[in-house]
Amino acid sequence: MNFSQKILASLFVFISSVSPVLAQEAQTLDQRVNETFAAFTGPFVSLIFAPLPGTSFPWIVLWLVVAATVFTFYFGFVQFRYFKHSISLVKGDYSDPNDAGEVSHFQALATALSGTVGLGNIAGVAVAVGIGGPGATFWMILAGLLGMASKFTECTLGVKYRNEYKDGTVSGGPMYYISKGFKELGLPGGKILAVMFSIFCILGALGGGNMFQANQAHAQISGIVGDYPGWITGLVFAVVVFIVIVGGVKSIARVTEKVVPFMGIMYVGAALVILLINYDKIGWAFGQIFAGAFTGLGVAGGFVGALIQGFKRAAFSNEAGVGSAAIAHSAVQTKEPITEGFVSLLEPLIDTVVICTMTALVITISGQLLLDPATGNYIIDGSQIATVDGNTGVSLTSAAFGSAIGWFPYVLAVAVVLFAFSTMISWSYYGLKSWTYLFGEGKTAELVFKLIFCVFIVIGAAASLGPVIDFSDAAIFAMAVVNIFALYFLMKVVKRELHSYAARLNSGEIKKFGSH
Amino acid sequence: MSEIIVIGLDGHESGGRALQHGAKLAKLIGDCELLVAYVIEWSPYSFQTAEENEKRHQRREEEISVAQERVIDPALAEMKKSGISASGVVRHGDVADTLNAIAGERNAQQIVVGKTSEGGFTKRLFGSSTTNLVMGADVPVTVVN
Repeated sequence: MNFSQKILASLFVFISSVSPVLAQEAQTLDQRVNETFAAFTGPFVSLIFAPLPGTSFPWIVLWLVVAATVFTFYFGFVQFRYFKHSISLVKGDYSDPNDAGEVSHFQALATALSGTVGLGNIAGVAVAVGIGGPGATFWMILAGLLGMASKFTECTLGVKYRNEYKDGTVSGGPMYYISKGFKELGLPGGKILAVMFSIFCILGALGGGNMFQANQAHAQISGIVGDYPGWITGLVFAVVVFIVIVGGVKSIARVTEKVVPFMGIMYVGAALVILLINYDKIGWAFGQIFAGAFTGLGVAGGFVGALIQGFKRAAFSNEAGVGSAAIAHSAVQTKEPITEGFVSLLEPLIDTVVICTMTALVITISGQLLLDPATGNYIIDGSQIATVDGNTGVSLTSAAFGSAIGWFPYVLAVAVVLFAFSTMISWSYYGLKSWTYLFGEGKTAELVFKLIFCVFIVIGAAASLGPVIDFSDAAIFAMAVVNIFALYFLMKVVKRELHSYAARLNSGEIKKFGSH
Repeated sequence: MSEIIVIGLDGHESGGRALQHGAKLAKLIGDCELLVAYVIEWSPYSFQTAEENEKRHQRREEEISVAQERVIDPALAEMKKSGISASGVVRHGDVADTLNAIAGERNAQQIVVGKTSEGGFTKRLFGSSTTNLVMGADVPVTVVN
């Protein structure tokens, strides 16, 4: 503890002494970081977001949606048929009382959710609505509903093929189910795919799980206290994350884990209050969402623009098909891997269909997006819809909430910082699992990754939103390229599990505990 | 069939008093077995980090063995010295519910617990484990002061 206190103390001394003097110089440092970063990541980003020949439609978006649709049909709309059963599992109705003290379905779900519910729901949705208009919401909800089937597939496999070590710890995730599953099916290339996934997962952890979070947390804080160089926020975050993941000060992470769910509930609560106050506009907002979904209401790229934004941000927010959740869900205690699949399909529902939709509705109702009264279309400023104060990303959400509840931006700032922090902790874990898959488990290897992770927090906070969001999306979607490719081969394993489980559930062999 | 009494231990002095009272009862009854139970407070609805989940199984085993060594084994040794037949059990869960469940599984005739030491805010909000046990148990409960 002494060690971390010393670090914090010296950090504060450092910041207070250098910040006013170096502010000017720091701005140029931010710029330099930004330019170098954009130059490095540019080719990777262009490859992932390459449009389909002859269109402006990124192939990766189609890749994700087609996969979610295929899984939805292949498993016969599992997300609707087993919805009630999922709730029952989370409640613990089917949990053996003798397993008390092990990781419950609820805990696995809550842990996975704390990694996905975060800035994607607050800032990401604002980006989607800011570029694609309210119509993006429709596509976001659709992607969320379909994504439930992707999540079901990957999380079932995550538990089925996890590694259980002698000391009782477990490791799971796409790298394990790809390599073990392919071997079991006699397919070649499993190991190569697993290595590719791990590399992309590390990049995703550094991008969406880290830089995007740091960047938007900085935007939020500087929006309240005034503009100051991003690397300062980055440094503070980096030190706190360092203390947790390297210093092993678990108490900070534990407090966050407990506070974050309440922040999430409060966020939805505040959104509901705003919707209730403006109940007369809800019908209009849904009208905008539906009209915008099919016409675009003047946004760049028309309805296709709305669709791309909606699908992209949904995938970024709920990570269905990306594979990250399979890592988080795999620690659950269950004899039936498929039960965790059922539980995990609630994740995109809570994350995207409920929370993201709340954000989108509040932004739409707040009138922050400027409408041209003559045409009924949105006023376009560059590629963005013009907003009241030119806000984008998290500041747009903040302004939308603030226009109804004056003090809410302050609460939101706290929520954003906490969400950003908990997402970083989650992704540092996902990244670390991939890192140890590649380099083996060892103190030195782990430390190297953790240090790299902390450095990227500073870079993320200093760079501007554009390059950061591009790289974050690209890295996370690159994970989905490998993961979904493998899922197509492995989905028959899940189907076998589903049939066997369904038969035993119907015959009464699998029944609720405590039911006589 | 001999009579079974569940003794709820908490690792503190109050649990020790419950054990003494149980021993007294056992002697009076004669054909009586004590089931010494320690419940590790745990909820399936708490929030944990991914790293904690990964190590949860291992931690659980450790918690059980520590409870067995520090609480159950000394209690059993003490009972053996007094010539009372006793067995032990360690479980995770809500203290009141789990003690009641153990009593139910073993067809115990009663549960003996000490007055709990927890106080303040938690007690006011949720009631103590002892209070919850007294309110919800399916068998008679004796609370030892």
